[in-house]
Amino acid sequence: MHKYIIRRVLQFIPMLFLVTVLVFGLAKAAPGDVLSGEMLDPNIPHEVLEQRREALGLNDPIHIQYWNWLSAVAQGDLGTSMQYANRPVMDLIQARVMNTVYLAIFSLVVTLAVAIPIGIYSAQRKYSLFDYGATTFAFLGLATPNFFAGLLAIWLLSFQFGWFPAQGTTSAVGLSGFELFVDKLRHLVLPGFTLGLASTAVYMRYMRTEILEIKGSDFIRTAHAKGLTKNSVLYKHTLRNALIPIITLLGFEFGFLLSGAVITEAVFNYPGIGTLFLNSISNRDYPVIMAINLILAVTILLGNLLADIFYAVVDPRIRYD
Amino acid sequence: METQSNQQVGTAVPPAKTEAEKSLSPFQLAMRRFLRNKLAIAGLVVLAFFIIVAAFADIIAPHSPTAHNYYNIEAKASSEHWLGTDSSGRDNFSRLVYGARVSLTIGFFAMLFTVVIGVILGSLAGYYGRWVDGLIMRATDLMMILPFLLLILTIIAIVQSVSITLFITIIAVTAWPNLTRIIRATFLSLREKEYVLGARSIGASDFRIIFKHFLPNAVGPIIVNATLMMATMIILESGLSFIGFGIPQPTPTWGNMITEANSLRILENNWETWVPPGLAILLTVLAINFIGDGLRDAFDPKSNQ
Repeated sequence: MHKYIIRRVLQFIPMLFLVTVLVFGLAKAAPGDVLSGEMLDPNIPHEVLEQRREALGLNDPIHIQYWNWLSAVAQGDLGTSMQYANRPVMDLIQARVMNTVYLAIFSLVVTLAVAIPIGIYSAQRKYSLFDYGATTFAFLGLATPNFFAGLLAIWLLSFQFGWFPAQGTTSAVGLSGFELFVDKLRHLVLPGFTLGLASTAVYMRYMRTEILEIKGSDFIRTAHAKGLTKNSVLYKHTLRNALIPIITLLGFEFGFLLSGAVITEAVFNYPGIGTLFLNSISNRDYPVIMAINLILAVTILLGNLLADIFYAVVDPRIRYD
Repeated sequence: METQSNQQVGTAVPPAKTEAEKSLSPFQLAMRRFLRNKLAIAGLVVLAFFIIVAAFADIIAPHSPTAHNYYNIEAKASSEHWLGTDSSGRDNFSRLVYGARVSLTIGFFAMLFTVVIGVILGSLAGYYGRWVDGLIMRATDLMMILPFLLLILTIIAIVQSVSITLFITIIAVTAWPNLTRIIRATFLSLREKEYVLGARSIGASDFRIIFKHFLPNAVGPIIVNATLMMATMIILESGLSFIGFGIPQPTPTWGNMITEANSLRILENNWETWVPPGLAILLTVLAINFIGDGLRDAFDPKSNQ
C-alpha cells in the first residue's frame, strides 16, 4: 500500500505540471493583453505601449514567459488585476476566499447531515411512503438547476416568509462575537442548501443503494445469525462499509462545490471566489481568471489525491499492484 | 441491428430457437423492456409534448418572442399576455414557447456533437491501445482537472462573443472526456473476445471491426449516456444564460428568461416571468432522466439502479 501511495503522489506531479501549462495556455490564447484594453486612453502613442510591453516581458518567447510566470506563481505572486486598478490578484483572492470556504463547508455539512440519515432510513424501510418521498425528492433535486432552486428559495423563504436573508454575507455592521457568528450563519443557510441540493440527492441515493447491497451479503447474515442486535449490525457492520465509497465521492465533491459556487454565489450576490471569477470573466481580467483556475485546479487535484490515499487506508480489501 | 448475426461468426450454429426468440435482437429486447417501464414512458410523453411545442412554436405563440414594447413592461398576466411581459415588454408566454425550441435544440446538438467526439476518441483509445490510448487518456485527465463550468467560462471569456453554433462547439470540446472514457472501457472489454479474433483472422479491416463489431456492442452505454447528457446540456445552457454567458439576448431561451429574476423587483413581484421557464427546465430534465434511467435498466437488466 505504501508503494501505491508513493506512486499516486508521483502521478500528481506531472498532472500539476499539465495544469500550469493548461492555465497558461488558456491565458495566452486570450486576445490582447494588459495594454490593449478598451479602457486604455487611445491617445497614448503606439511606441510607448511597445516600450511597456518590452519592459513587462510580453514580447519574450513563449517558454520564457511561461517560466517567468511559473516562478512568480511559485513565490506567491499571481500578477496584478486589470479591473481593480492593478491590485495584486493575491489580495483580491485572499479577501474573498474564506467566504467561499465557509459556504462550501456549510454546504458539505448540511449535505451529509441530510443525505446520510435519509439514505439509511430509506434503505431500512424500502418501498415505504418515506422511501418514495425521498426518491421523489432525489429526482427533483437532480433535475432542478441550482440557480432556479436558489431563486425559489429567495422568493419563498426570504421574500414571502422573511425567514432568512437573501443577499451577502452579513446584514448589519457593528455586530461582534456570537451575534456576528449567528448573523453570518443565517446568511449561509439559503446559498448553502442551494449549493448542496444536487449533491444531497446523489448521496442519498448512493447511501440507499449501498446499504441495500451490503444488507444482502453473507457477513451481514452471519452477524444476524450469531445474535447481534439490529442496531449493532446496522451501525457496526453495514454502515461502516457503506460509507467507504462516499470517500471517493467526497474527493470529487471539491470540483462540484467550487463550480457550483460560481452560479450559487451569483444568485445570492455572495462575495466569494465565484463572484470574483464571474466579474473577471465579464471584464476579461485574465490574470484573475488564470489565478482562480490555477488555485481551483490544484485544490481539486489535491482533493482527489487525498481521497485516493484515504480510500486505500480505510479499505484494506482493495489491492493495488 | 446486426449484432446477433455478427456474434455467431466463427462459432458453432446454436441450437434451434423458437421463431419469436430468434427474430429479436438484443436491441429489440432492450426496447421491449424499456416500453414496460412506466416512468420512462411518462418521461417520453412529457418530452414529446415539449418537442411538439418547440416544433409548432410559430402557431402556438400569440406574439413575437423578441418584439419589445417599452410602454407595457413587467405587466401582470392578462388575456393579452398570458404570462405577463418582461422588463422589455416582451410577451413571456411566447418566449416560453420559443424558448422550448432554442433550449431543446441547443441541448440536442450539444449532446450530439459531444457524442460524436466522444465516440471517435473513445473508439481510437479503446481499439488501438498503446500510445494512442495513453495520449487520449492523458488528454481526458487534463480536461477533467478543471471543473467543466470554469473551463467553459474561461473559453467564453477568451472568444468574447458567443453565437449559438460557437456555444455548442465550446460545450462539445469541453464535455467529451466522460463519454470517451466510457466507450474506451467498453471497447477494452470487447478486444479479447473470440468473435473479434475471428473477424480479424478472416481479414476484416480495423474500420470494419470498429463499426460492425465494437460499436453495435457499445450502443447501450452510448444511448444511455447520450440521453442523460442531454439533460446536463439543458441545465448547463440555462445556467450559463442565467449568469449572462450563454446565448445572447434577445434570443429566447429558458435560461435567458430566468435572467429577468436578477432584478429583485421582478423576482419578488412577477413570478410569471421566471417560474414557468424554471418549471419547464425541471420537467424536461426530469423527463429525460426518467428516459435515461429506463434505457439503462433496459440495456443492462442486471443493474437495478
